[in-house]
Amino acid sequence: MMRLGLRMLFGDHAKYGMLVSGIVFATILITQGAALFLGIMSWMCSTIRNVRAEIWVADPRVEMVADQKPLRETDADRVLSVEGVKWAAPLYTGLQTVKMDDGSSKQVTLIGLDATTLAGAPPRMVEGTLEALRLPDGVIIDEYAVDDLGKALGRPLAIGDVFELNDHRAVVVGICKAYRSFTGGAYLFTTYDRALGFVPAQRKMTSFVLAGVNTGESPAAVARRIEAATGLRAFTEREFMESTIRWYVANTGIVYNVGTIILIGFIVGTVVSGQTFYSFVLENTRNLAAFKAMGASNQSLCGVLVIQSVTVGLVGFGIGQGIVALLGRMLLALEKVPFLIVWQIPAGVLLAITGICILAAFLGIIRVARLEAALVFRA
Amino acid sequence: MNPDSIVPDVLPAVLLTGIEKSFGTGSSITRALRHTDFEARRGEMLFLVGPSGCGKTTLLSILAGTLRPDAGEVVVYGHDLHAASESERTAFRTRHLGFIFQQFNLIPSLSIVENVSVPLVIQGKKRREAEGRAADALDRVGLGDRLHERPGKLSGGQQQRVAIARALVHDPPLIVCDEPTSALDRENGRRVMEILRDAADERGRTVIIVTHDPRIYSYADRMAEMEDGRISRLLDSPAAIATAHPDT
Ligand SMILES: Nc1ncnc2c1ncn2[C@@H]1O[C@H](COP(=O)(O)OP(=O)(O)OP(=O)(O)O)[C@@H](O)[C@H]1O
Ligand SMILES: [Mg+2]
Repeated sequence: MMRLGLRMLFGDHAKYGMLVSGIVFATILITQGAALFLGIMSWMCSTIRNVRAEIWVADPRVEMVADQKPLRETDADRVLSVEGVKWAAPLYTGLQTVKMDDGSSKQVTLIGLDATTLAGAPPRMVEGTLEALRLPDGVIIDEYAVDDLGKALGRPLAIGDVFELNDHRAVVVGICKAYRSFTGGAYLFTTYDRALGFVPAQRKMTSFVLAGVNTGESPAAVARRIEAATGLRAFTEREFMESTIRWYVANTGIVYNVGTIILIGFIVGTVVSGQTFYSFVLENTRNLAAFKAMGASNQSLCGVLVIQSVTVGLVGFGIGQGIVALLGRMLLALEKVPFLIVWQIPAGVLLAITGICILAAFLGIIRVARLEAALVFRA
Repeated sequence: MNPDSIVPDVLPAVLLTGIEKSFGTGSSITRALRHTDFEARRGEMLFLVGPSGCGKTTLLSILAGTLRPDAGEVVVYGHDLHAASESERTAFRTRHLGFIFQQFNLIPSLSIVENVSVPLVIQGKKRREAEGRAADALDRVGLGDRLHERPGKLSGGQQQRVAIARALVHDPPLIVCDEPTSALDRENGRRVMEILRDAADERGRTVIIVTHDPRIYSYADRMAEMEDGRISRLLDSPAAIATAHPDT
């Protein structure tokens, strides 16, 4: 019976194609939306993802990573003295302007790392070494900067190239991989002391104090201890990402705007796929009634409907995911569009699609159960 | 043991008494059947004729167990269908009934042999056995060489023969047909009736045919004429039918 149900489904190429396209469309819409959303959220946290540290310590009023409420340099020592802290180092981060020889300028995110520990350094170097940062005027640029700042030169930026950062000379000594920033600018890494040289002087210059914990300590527990001992605010990496995202949610419309797009995608996807399957059931009413007249039980007809809809759902989901994967590759290659897929997205979409299909099958089942077998005698 | 064998053969195949059936409610109510009695004997080919709207299809649906009457007794091959639950009636149809419809009701996306195997598949038979028996049944209606084609590729007469093969494949004792020839030309109608006639003779099957088509009256053993929801006249032999309908 199930086999015949599937043969009925596959046998009608046009209808089957339409059903599957409906689901493919829904899958793409939902997955793409979720990936866009995650992509944007990850852009919000790109500084945290580029500068890896177990604990971020900040001014008590700071809620997110782009918030500028500097600390004193001595705060690093206060953090270091807290029990369970293995190391603590000041970090500078801020938006700065790079001037190129041709007079054009670009916004970049400048990161100043503690020179002795190099804590928070970019984890993956493409060219050069981290230690080269100790060379005079040395900066490490990320791959976006290679092209972005290179535009003025008419060629990609390379090690040894010189440009101006706030009227100070900077020499490229290395190239690293980094996550793209929310504002779209490149990341520049240098030492903490040199960063202060690049930036107009202010009374307090330390953006954050980064800290690591002793083995066996939980970062969350140490963070609470730091807060108690210093009166500063301390986040674990995860807490800081969450707090940053929460800040964007609360203070900008972006999450709602994107969220609305996704919601609409979800609703449209749901309606499209549910509707296509239900119309398939409607068009098959006569056949189902014939089955029923010939003695097929309600249970076995329901089984047929569920098998049919879940099959359509799975095939459509598979194709849809494939297309999203290709699309995502293209988007990532463009590097201008937020796109992030974690396994939870396809898993969630799979659940949603299966749910939709089962719901549609369920509506069909109600119809089939009410179906008068005598219907087949009517012309 | 076959439960049918304990029912004495003298009992009629179908016995309906005092059947009432109405559709709709209030002022728009239609009384399709009005205290109707009806009987079909085992092994006979019985025609049910009458003007449009007189209740033929309704009566056929009730004796086939696809429609429940408002009142009255329905006993088919010893089974009391009025008292039976929905699932008991479903199980009854699976074993005892073959259906032939005016619209053929073949499933367009299934091959012919798959269409014919449906009643066996519903009974839970394995694919191999079901399709083997379906192929035999198709052979008997002269379509053994078209097994894997789609119904849409066949003519109306051929499609109706596929439907007959489907009605016979599980060897049911009772075949019900609603206007089996009205969509067919004379020659195809004749061919369909020959096959049904053979099916009735060869296995002692009971065949009940609702029809408007005087061209096929000569195939009937008996004929029940309906009017206004009742059997108005019973023609008890081919001779009586020929007398009553001389122009056929
Ligand atoms: N499901 C239904 N809902 C409402 N009315 C119905 C239904 N089925 C039948 N009727 C009505 O019951 C009466 C008998 O219908 P039935 O189909 O049994 O007639 P028939 O003799 O088969 O007619 P025909 O020769 O045109 O097929 C008609 O008036 C019809 O309109
Ligand atoms: Mg009728």
